[in-house]
Amino acid sequence: MANVITDETIDYVGILAKLELSAEEKEQAKKDLVEMLDYIDQLGELDTTGVEPMSHVFPVHNVFREDVVTNGDDRDSILKNAPEEKDGMFLVPNTF
Amino acid sequence: MNILDYTAVELSAAIKKGEVTVVEATEAVLAQIEQKEAELNCYVTLDKEGALAQANDIQKKIDAGELTGPLAGVPVAIKDNMCTEGMLTTCSSKILGNFIPTYTSEAVINLQKAGAVILGKTNMDEFAMGSTTETSAFGATKNPWNTEHVPGGSSGGSAAAVAADECFYALGSDTGGSIRQPASYCGVVGMKPTYGTVSRYGLIAYGSSLDQIGPLAKDVTDCATILETIASHDFKDSTSVERDTDFTKALVDDVKGMKIGIPRSYFGDGLDADVKEKILAAAKVLEEKGAIVEEFDLDLVEYAIPTYYTIADAEASSNLERFDGVKYGFRAEDCDELHQMYKRSRSQGFGPEVKRRIMLGSFVLSSGYYDAYYLKALKVKALIKKSFDEAFAKYDMILGPCAPTTAPKLGASLSDPMKMYLGDIYTISVNLAGLPGISVPCGVDKNGLPIGLQLIGDCFNEKKLIQAAYSYEQARGKFSLSAKEGK
Repeated sequence: MANVITDETIDYVGILAKLELSAEEKEQAKKDLVEMLDYIDQLGELDTTGVEPMSHVFPVHNVFREDVVTNGDDRDSILKNAPEEKDGMFLVPNTF
Repeated sequence: MNILDYTAVELSAAIKKGEVTVVEATEAVLAQIEQKEAELNCYVTLDKEGALAQANDIQKKIDAGELTGPLAGVPVAIKDNMCTEGMLTTCSSKILGNFIPTYTSEAVINLQKAGAVILGKTNMDEFAMGSTTETSAFGATKNPWNTEHVPGGSSGGSAAAVAADECFYALGSDTGGSIRQPASYCGVVGMKPTYGTVSRYGLIAYGSSLDQIGPLAKDVTDCATILETIASHDFKDSTSVERDTDFTKALVDDVKGMKIGIPRSYFGDGLDADVKEKILAAAKVLEEKGAIVEEFDLDLVEYAIPTYYTIADAEASSNLERFDGVKYGFRAEDCDELHQMYKRSRSQGFGPEVKRRIMLGSFVLSSGYYDAYYLKALKVKALIKKSFDEAFAKYDMILGPCAPTTAPKLGASLSDPMKMYLGDIYTISVNLAGLPGISVPCGVDKNGLPIGLQLIGDCFNEKKLIQAAYSYEQARGKFSLSAKEGK
């Protein structure tokens, strides 16, 4: 049940993960993914027909509150963490 | 009595009696940090001046009768994945290396209300991903019992700080064993409560459906007291649960008639002989005190690790999307366009283990593989939960080791991630099923390294665990590094 991870798959996963991997990192990632997937494949031994997927242990409900602002204006302190800012806004490189 | 020998609860009592001041206690612990920190590296951030200022303020409030709780005046260390307003919060990652939160996590606010002196932030595996605290971007933490060994992880800084008296207690977080395993390796008490007991508001997420904050403490009394203080129903965390939180009521030395199950599969291949011997000896102690101890078959144990890594990594890949170099944290230099900036900031900002998990998580969630991996894991999680339900229909709690071995040597784990993952076998299913678990020291191995006894309870049954752990502790007697060193 050996999994095969192609260069195309690693490139695609890199796009999903928004990671830019070096050639060396890509080879390592291929190896790591194959090893983990081969291991995870043992879950296939279990018959899960009719089993409901459980995302949370307890039933999760939407929690509603009144739409009232409770926090103050933190703009300046929040912007202090920004790598770059301009005129009270986050500044990023060209978007195209 | 040396101030550092007090437990948290004893220290607060001594402060209220006027035997010690909050400033004296804070100065004592800061002096200990000064002496030990170069060797151990428990802290990422230490706030000396802030701690002394808090100490002065808290002393006044205690004197005025405004602060009367059992933890008032006691210095604490916080794992560096809990936001603290105005104090660096890094998750031990380069990508958050300069991040100063504008708000404080709910668990820490609850401590502050109780009169805690916040000393600083403790080292951890980067984004809590690891079992050794070696994946930290700020260097490994060393095990105070033997500095050639790891303290465990991911809350390794918190566990080591408690063991080395660099704080009186600490908060950690547990996604797959990250409180219980380092507690075990460092010879302190650590508890992961039932999912939803402690608010996750302000805890930087790793695997949201698994993460819980909990205490690392010198003894079970402290552990119960801390948990009682930090547990709260918080509308800011939609998975927070309204429940009983009077955990200290369970500090009763009595296990008569308690039914304790020992899963046979927990004692198979891979379990170190010394660990096995000490865990079974601890079970014997509980039996002699009147508990009914039986072996039984717990199903699906071997499937917990693949299930966990599928789910945790999937959630991590989603949770860590927010680190993109735009609003806070590290941004790569000289980027021409936005998308390149995202990718380079993340690639340069995250360490290898975090990238490994983001890649796997992204893969198992990707179109074409989602059903085969992620959905399958969620179904197996349901089966694992059912298997625990069946066990708790028969037993009040499950007893076993926390980890298959004592603390490994530095550098021995990271070369083989799969081997490191396999070490999570006893802790990980507890998170999948949302259960509470506690680790209590039960002896040392032939090398003098601590061994942790793990008790696992059904959801919301922390009190049974606390009662059994407290009873065991009464029989065991004092266990600490400073006691061992004869100080």
